[in-house]
Amino acid sequence: MKDKSQKSKKKVSGGWIFLAIVLLIYGVIALLYSELALQALTSFVQLLYKVLPVLLIVFILIFSINFLLEPAWVKKYLGSHSGITGWLTAIVGGVLSTGPIYPWYALLKELNEKGMKKSLIAVFLYSRAVKLPLLPLLVHYFGIAYTVVLICYLITFSIVSGITIEQIDSRLSNTDKF
Amino acid sequence: MRNKLKHSATKTLQTFINILPVVFGMLLLTSLVVKLFPSNISAGLFGQNSFFDALLGATFGGIAAGHPLVSYVLGGELLTSGVSLFAVTALIVSWVTVGMVQLPAEALMLGKRFAIYRNILCYLFSIVIALLTVYTLHLIG
Repeated sequence: MKDKSQKSKKKVSGGWIFLAIVLLIYGVIALLYSELALQALTSFVQLLYKVLPVLLIVFILIFSINFLLEPAWVKKYLGSHSGITGWLTAIVGGVLSTGPIYPWYALLKELNEKGMKKSLIAVFLYSRAVKLPLLPLLVHYFGIAYTVVLICYLITFSIVSGITIEQIDSRLSNTDKF
Repeated sequence: MRNKLKHSATKTLQTFINILPVVFGMLLLTSLVVKLFPSNISAGLFGQNSFFDALLGATFGGIAAGHPLVSYVLGGELLTSGVSLFAVTALIVSWVTVGMVQLPAEALMLGKRFAIYRNILCYLFSIVIALLTVYTLHLIG
């Protein structure tokens, strides 16, 4: 799972360093091939013009989730791992969980120690691939049909990953268990 | 209530401050790459066959790091520049499911064996999902 750019100050500076390197590349290309740099910049402005409104929607959605959803909510409903409810809760919790993955690892570790199955952890982690706040961007680039089909498969395979992890775990010897 | 509102707004702003330079950088880089290699991307590495495209996309997505938003932007622009939907789908799925960068943290918190098995499964699933998604879209027209 990959929410890699938001973890720490180190990561923040990493993002800015990345941008600085790209700008440096542009600077070098502008010196050598000014026409090419200008074409690329024009293309960038056009891209930005398309992406900015969607970024605004994403901002509002992330804000809404940050405001409305507490990690404790997910913890409460994932604590019980009984049957279908546990699987459904793992999927919903994974889909609704936002932000960097690292705090969620800590929460899942805690839940695992309290009895949450590894298969449900796998389901939770896979379901995080469905990024609700980013759906407008996915639709913008790939269309509604693609988005719906992809999300259906992502949710289906979150269950498959849970079942597979469960199968692997049951075949391992007791000393090799997850 | 006001504190929570302030906290949520700050958290969201921090998220965006972290994301924006990466998004801007990726857009700049994509624009440049597309101008530099407009046809080579689709005619070269990609486009051999659907499985190979998905394999390449999944590999790139699994290694790459960054916010999922970046993968959508990159995937969308690669698609526009001629890269196949198989490759782009595998890329965006493995980008968010396979975590080479987070593997040590996942192994530490949830167990080495679990983390390795799970990431290998996710890599394979991203190829399968890419193939299934594109073929399903063909089927439904």
